Amino acid sequence: MTGQMLTIEKLNSFYGRAHILFDVALEAARGEVVALLGRNGAGKSTTFRSIMGLVESRRGHIAFAGQDISRRPPHEIARLGLGYVPEDRRIFTDLTVMENLEVGRQPPRREGASWTPERLFALFPNLAEMRDRPGGRMSGGEQQMLTIARTLMGNPAMILLDEPSEGLAPRIIEMMAHAILELKKEGVTVILSEQNLHFASVVSDRAYVIEKGRIRYQGTMKELAADEDVRRAYLTL
Amino acid sequence: MAFYVAQFLSGLSQAASLFLVAAGLSIIFGVTRIVNFAHGSFYMLGAYLAYMMADMWSGAVGFWGAILLSALTVGLLGVAMEVLLLRRLYRSPELFQLLATFGVVLVVQDVALAIWGPEDLLGPRAPGLDGVVRIFGLPFPQYELFLIVLGPAVLGLLWLTFHRTRWGTLVRAATQDREMTAALGVNQTWLFTSVLFLGSALAGLGGALQIPREAVNLQMDINIVVEAFVVVVVGGMGSVTGAFLAALLIGQLQAFGILIFPGITLVLVFLVMAVVLVVRPYGLLGRAPATARGESHALEPPLYPAGRGLQFAGLALIVALIALPAVLGDYALVVLTEVLILALFAASLHFIMGPGGMISFGHAAYFGLGAYGAALLVEHFDAGMVTGLVVAPLAAGVGALLFGWFCVRLSGVYLAMLTLAFAQIVWSVAFQWYSVTGGDNGILGVWPAAWASPKWVFYYLTLVLCTGGVLLLRRIIFAPFGYALRAGRDSPLRSDAIGLDVTRYQWLAFTLAGTFAGLAGGLYAYAKGSVFPTLLDIPISVDGLVMVLLGGVQTLSGPIVGAAVFHGLETEMVRYTDYWRLLLGLTIILLVLVFPQGIVGALQSRLGARFSPRLREQVAR
Repeated sequence: MTGQMLTIEKLNSFYGRAHILFDVALEAARGEVVALLGRNGAGKSTTFRSIMGLVESRRGHIAFAGQDISRRPPHEIARLGLGYVPEDRRIFTDLTVMENLEVGRQPPRREGASWTPERLFALFPNLAEMRDRPGGRMSGGEQQMLTIARTLMGNPAMILLDEPSEGLAPRIIEMMAHAILELKKEGVTVILSEQNLHFASVVSDRAYVIEKGRIRYQGTMKELAADEDVRRAYLTL
Repeated sequence: MAFYVAQFLSGLSQAASLFLVAAGLSIIFGVTRIVNFAHGSFYMLGAYLAYMMADMWSGAVGFWGAILLSALTVGLLGVAMEVLLLRRLYRSPELFQLLATFGVVLVVQDVALAIWGPEDLLGPRAPGLDGVVRIFGLPFPQYELFLIVLGPAVLGLLWLTFHRTRWGTLVRAATQDREMTAALGVNQTWLFTSVLFLGSALAGLGGALQIPREAVNLQMDINIVVEAFVVVVVGGMGSVTGAFLAALLIGQLQAFGILIFPGITLVLVFLVMAVVLVVRPYGLLGRAPATARGESHALEPPLYPAGRGLQFAGLALIVALIALPAVLGDYALVVLTEVLILALFAASLHFIMGPGGMISFGHAAYFGLGAYGAALLVEHFDAGMVTGLVVAPLAAGVGALLFGWFCVRLSGVYLAMLTLAFAQIVWSVAFQWYSVTGGDNGILGVWPAAWASPKWVFYYLTLVLCTGGVLLLRRIIFAPFGYALRAGRDSPLRSDAIGLDVTRYQWLAFTLAGTFAGLAGGLYAYAKGSVFPTLLDIPISVDGLVMVLLGGVQTLSGPIVGAAVFHGLETEMVRYTDYWRLLLGLTIILLVLVFPQGIVGALQSRLGARFSPRLREQVAR
């Protein structure tokens, strides 16, 4: 196996007749944490949704763990070990915490971490106290933890985290950062999309910057932190 | 006292079988979002199959085996429908599956007719439960008591299935958010198929259990599917417990309603549904759907004003329609007149369904109000045709204004069911108010004025009014009013935020649609020379839906093409074969599979660029 976990080449996506992504190229090495940075509407969520097969119309090459997934349906992509945590969390509000986790459960993979509810409760202690609470009666931060835990129940080799820090209290953001670094230790590859540069720089090794559906910049997190021009052009408001 | 207890108990046993069918419908809708018209057909097939098997095998094992086996068989038929038909349509516009299931209804009707014949069939009594027990001295059948126990037992089993098994958890998750469930690795195809199995098997079981109680016949399907929809909506879509409560309520209404309000029995159930929906817009135990998720196909393509190509085609069509009387005989002219009227009717329904985003299961109300408005004037005031044709749209418009006020407060299937409730209320008034409407004898002698009585004159009159109506509706869609209406459909929140009163626009649109349907109804009354309560009944509403969906709900020419194709097919097939339902059903299924966007929708995506300049620009870019 090569070191590449995900390779995207010439990804073009459409909503109806609207062309959203233009020749997006992106790579993530095994065990890497990669940030996809950009403003609102730049195409971050669409990139993730295209990878997962949730965008009706996409063209291009997407390889995950050596397999072409550009024409596979979402559930097959998920079963190959690619986890997805959407921006708006999408907790099953009628289901309890344990039931939400059950929906995400997939058999363990030969390699990589094998998650159980108990291990996830160790990672997110808040959840342990509310096993039987319906998802609809949890705070935003708790829901964010649950949605990550739910995706981890599928024992993914890689996860796509869409704006994990959005709308969360600083203390919860810290817990998120901690959790992402824990995942990295477990060998899980992570791509996270962010507008919060500080959060991204704490957890990520490398960064891409996307604007108007095109990748404008790529480099290590350190290089980006040093590059005032790129930050001003694509990231600050 | 004893009498009331017995009445109460029979209400309970009625509720049990209603619950089985409604629970199945509710589960299927919850996960797949399919409004399954064929659910009643599965119920009917369950009854026929159980009758046939119980007839072949005797004894207790034979009877109960027949019940279970027919439920399983019907479950498998549900699977077949999902795999062969529905699965290909999940990406089609919302409600297109409804059209497909309607095709199945027609096919099942004629298949049942061919196999079991038109006579009522009486099944055997249930071995072991064929006696009576005495309750306060009155005899009560054991079998009914068994059904009373069965209802809660099935509810308990379903509850355990949904809350204690992985499958049930996945079904509940998918009911809320299909897309997220898929992104977590759940194979929806398999989930949908299994849900169709369970739901259809419940319908089959409900039907099979009827054989000791009532005669099996070909009318079972429509009666039960309407009742089951009422139960599901009153209980709250997707809530099995709600369906149980609603079934109890409806069962008791039917048992006691006949004692207390014998005059309005037919409409009592719908009155109660209307009241429940006005007070609790999502049913007894239903909740407002958390913003519909994972329905990416619900994106409505924009509508474009006619390009030069379409304008030319429209003009050519009108010229052809003007020229046709020269070559057509009277019979063809009559059919063509009807097609024109139905095209206006379909266009008016499309107006609220497409641009308005409101589905109506009861558009016949306004067609019928128009027809009756004209006919009643003729009958009681000796009014002339012109007066009649002026009053027809007004009568329907007033009706739509009144009913619409309630309907536009709801959305989705709840709105659709409330429109149905109002249509049924109007229907039962026409049906039961003999002294004024003549009941099911209808009103005869509604003939056009002398100058308009030649077939070709009336044809031209219809042509002018219907073309005018269709063009006017089209004009409204591209007026600021139409923009506001479509904005409200696509994003009610944002429209509210920019100051559009969405509810008010929808109310007005509803009234307009009713008015034009009334004009169509008035013309129809004079074209036929008579009106009957059937003009207000469910089949007319369903015909309207079929015409709109067949043509393509996202297009403007769709309803017109749909009306022509549907009415043309129906008229021709009735002429040549007794099994026209089978043919028509198969044709609809075939059209649905070949044109999953509707006929005009499919033409547009192929020829679209040629017909609309703006579309061409976009494609070029």
